[in-house]
Amino acid sequence: MLRPLRPYGRSSDRVLAMTGQMEFVMPEPQKKKLDLNRRDMPKQPPEVRRHNFDEVALGYSPELAIEEAKRCLQCKKPRCVAGCPVEIDIPGFIKCIAEGDFAAGTRILKDKNCLPAMCGRVCPQEEQCEQLCVLVKRGGQIAVGRLERFLADWEADQGKFDLPKIPRSTRRKVGIVGGGPAGLTVAGDLIKLGHKVTIFEALHEVGGVLIYGIPEFRLPKVIVHREVEYLKKLGVEVVTDYVVGKTRTVDSLLEEYDGLFIGSGAGLPWFMDVPGENLNGVYSANEYLTRMNLMKGFLFPEYHTPIKEHKRVAVMGGGNVAMDCARTALRLGAESRIIYRRSRQELPARLEEIENAEEEGVIFDFLTLPIKYIGDANGWLKEIECLKMKLGEPDDSGRRRPVPIEGSEYVVPMDAVVCAIGNSPNPLVPATTPGLEVGKRGNIVADEETGKTSRDRVWAGGDVVTGAATVILAMGAGRKAARSIHEYLRSL
Amino acid sequence: MFKLIENRMIVPNLHLLTLEAPEVARQMEPGQFVIVRADDGGERIPLSVADWDAEAGTVTVVVMNVGSTTDRLASLETGVSVPTVVGPLGKPTEIEKFGTVLCLGGCYGIASIFPIARALKEKGNKVITVIEARSSYLLFWEDKLREVSDKLICITRDGTKGHKGHVGRLTEIIKSSDERVDRMIVNGCTFLLKRGSDMSRPLEIKTIVSLNPIMIDGTGMCGVCRVTVGKTTKFACVHGPDFDGHEVDWTELLQRRKTYMREEVIPLRTSRCEEHRITSSD
Repeated sequence: MLRPLRPYGRSSDRVLAMTGQMEFVMPEPQKKKLDLNRRDMPKQPPEVRRHNFDEVALGYSPELAIEEAKRCLQCKKPRCVAGCPVEIDIPGFIKCIAEGDFAAGTRILKDKNCLPAMCGRVCPQEEQCEQLCVLVKRGGQIAVGRLERFLADWEADQGKFDLPKIPRSTRRKVGIVGGGPAGLTVAGDLIKLGHKVTIFEALHEVGGVLIYGIPEFRLPKVIVHREVEYLKKLGVEVVTDYVVGKTRTVDSLLEEYDGLFIGSGAGLPWFMDVPGENLNGVYSANEYLTRMNLMKGFLFPEYHTPIKEHKRVAVMGGGNVAMDCARTALRLGAESRIIYRRSRQELPARLEEIENAEEEGVIFDFLTLPIKYIGDANGWLKEIECLKMKLGEPDDSGRRRPVPIEGSEYVVPMDAVVCAIGNSPNPLVPATTPGLEVGKRGNIVADEETGKTSRDRVWAGGDVVTGAATVILAMGAGRKAARSIHEYLRSL
Repeated sequence: MFKLIENRMIVPNLHLLTLEAPEVARQMEPGQFVIVRADDGGERIPLSVADWDAEAGTVTVVVMNVGSTTDRLASLETGVSVPTVVGPLGKPTEIEKFGTVLCLGGCYGIASIFPIARALKEKGNKVITVIEARSSYLLFWEDKLREVSDKLICITRDGTKGHKGHVGRLTEIIKSSDERVDRMIVNGCTFLLKRGSDMSRPLEIKTIVSLNPIMIDGTGMCGVCRVTVGKTTKFACVHGPDFDGHEVDWTELLQRRKTYMREEVIPLRTSRCEEHRITSSD
C-alpha cells in the first residue's frame, strides 16, 4: 500500500526528502490489530519528586518494555532509523525486546550508540525517530527512547558489560578535545575501529554538559560515569584537568596525534542587557547548573561548593536549560517561575520537560519580558521589573513576534534570576589555533557532512560548531566526524 | 593527581604551596593563574601563580588562609596529591618595554608580582617594586624581589619597616622620586587593587590590576567571574584577569566577591564547633 505521508513542510518530511524515502510500504500481511496504546513510563509523583534530586522517570519494567516493543510494526523500510542522527537499527533492537532477548537487543543498540543510557533519557525522540514512526499520525508512535533506556539500564543491572571485539591496533592516534557528547561519540566510534584515542577534558570530570549541565533528576551522574567507564574499558584514554588551548595548543598536539577532533562545547553565557544583570543573585544558567551538578552544590557543605537557598527564583528563557534551572530551583525549596516573552505554544523546550515542570509546580509567566533588575543597598537582587507582551505578526522564525504592551510594567520581589538564553561557543581553541576558520558567532567552521575544519587533520563538532544545541545533535556530528577521521586514517 | 611538593607557612596565615604540574609549568607566563581543588569534594578556586619551574615541572602559589578551601589547602601535608591543578588560565600580563614600571604587591600579591617584575626587568624596564603589609613580620620574598627590581620599597601599617602607613603613601613616594612612572601593575586583594588605582588616577599612570573574582570552571563557560570594565561586562577568566584599574567598577566587584561570604565560613564554623565539642566532652 503506497500513500503520501502528510503535507509537505514539516521537519520530518525534510528528513525523509533527504533520505529519499518519501513513501513507505506497510508491512504485509497485516494480520494483528494495531495497538496504539503507547505505554507510559512510571514516574515519581510530582508532589514527591519536587522535593528530591532523584531521577523523575523510573523506566519501564521488562513486562512494560516487551508490551511496548510488541506494538512495533517492524516496517520493512523503517522511517525511524532515518530520523536518528546516529543511525541506530531501531526495529532491530525493538524486535529483540519483543522477543525477550535483551542481550541481543543491547548488542544491536550499542553497535551504533556507545551511550544508550544517556540518549534514551535526553534525546528529543519526539522530534526524531518517534516523529517518523508510521503510527505517529494516530498518536501511537513507538516509545523508542524509553525502550533504548530500558535496554541500557537492563544491561547495567546485569552488572557486566558485553565488550565488542576490537580489531588489531592501527597504531593511529586521535586526540579529542572535550569529553562531552560529541567527543565521547567520536571516541567510542574510533576505538572500535582499532585506533588509539585520548580525550582531553578541561574540567575534573568527563561528560561535558551531561555532567555539568543536565541535572541529576533528569540524568543521574552515575549513568554518565557508567558510560564513560565503558569507553575506558574499550581502551579510551582520558586526561582530565587539561585545557587544550592553554595547557597545550592544538598545533602542539598535532605533532603527536594523527588527527584531532574539537568538541569543546559551550562558551561564554549570554545575558540580556537588562540593567542590573551583575547584581548578586543573578546567575547564568551555566553557573547555576554547574554549581548544582558538577560541583554538587545541593550537597553543600558535604561538597564544598556553595549554592544559595533563594526563596523566589525567576528563570529567563523557555528552552530545556530553562526548565532544568527552574526545576532545580524548585528542589532547592524556592518558589520557581519561568519568565518567557512568547506564549506556551512557542516554548522551545521538549513538551515532556514543560509538562514535568508544570506538574511539579513551576509557575509560568508567559508574554513577559524582564526590563530591569533592582538591587538593595548591598548589591543583592531585590526586585525585578517586567513588561507584558502580546503576540504580533510572525517573524523570521515563523513564530509570532512578541510586542510590548505599553504601560504594562510591573515590579515583583525576587531573590534570584537565572538567565537561560544560551551561550556562545567556547573561545579557547579558536583563539589559540592560527588558521582555524571561525564564523561570526565565534563558532568553528566545519563541514556539515564530515566535520572537517579549515585546518588539515582537524575536525570539529557539537556546540563549538553549531552554538548551543542538543546532546544528540552533538553526537550525530561526532559520528560523522569519526567516519571522516577513519577514512583519513585508513588513507595514511 | 598533582603532588604537593612543598607546603609551608611563610608568614603568619600565608602558605606557600609547590605543586607538581609539569604541563602547566611548561606553558606558564607571568600574570596567569591556575584553578585548584584541595580534595575530591572540593570547590574550584583560582590562584595567582607566584613562580614556576618548567624543568622541574612545578608551580608555586601563595595562599592566604581565609575560607574553607584555602584552609584545606593550608592544612595539606607535603607529599599528598590534590585532584585538580589546571592551567595556565587567563591572559598573561602584558610585558613590553614601558620604561619605568611600578609593581605593587600586597598579601599573596607580594608573591604573584614577582614573576611579573622579573619579566619586566628582563625586557629592559626599570622596575620599582612596592610591597605592603600591616607589619614587617608579614613581609616576605624581599631578597627575591630585590634581585629583579631596581628599587624595593616597603610600606607597613605600623611603620616597623620602610614607610609607615598604607598604600595611600604611594602618591608621595611616586611624587618624591625623580623619575616618571610609565606604568603601574598591582597584584593583591581587591582593596589594594582599588586603592592603588585610586592613587595612580590623578597621576595619570596607566594601571593594570589582576582581578580576583569568584570562578568555577575558569575557562569561559560559567560566567560567574563577570566584571564591569569601562561600562561593558567582561569575563575575568578569559578576558582577564588583568584589566585597566581606572576602568573597573570596584563597588560591583567588591559586592560580587561577597556573594558566598556566609557559606564560605559555614564549613569552617562547623568543623571548628565539632572539634570543640569533642574536646569539651572528653
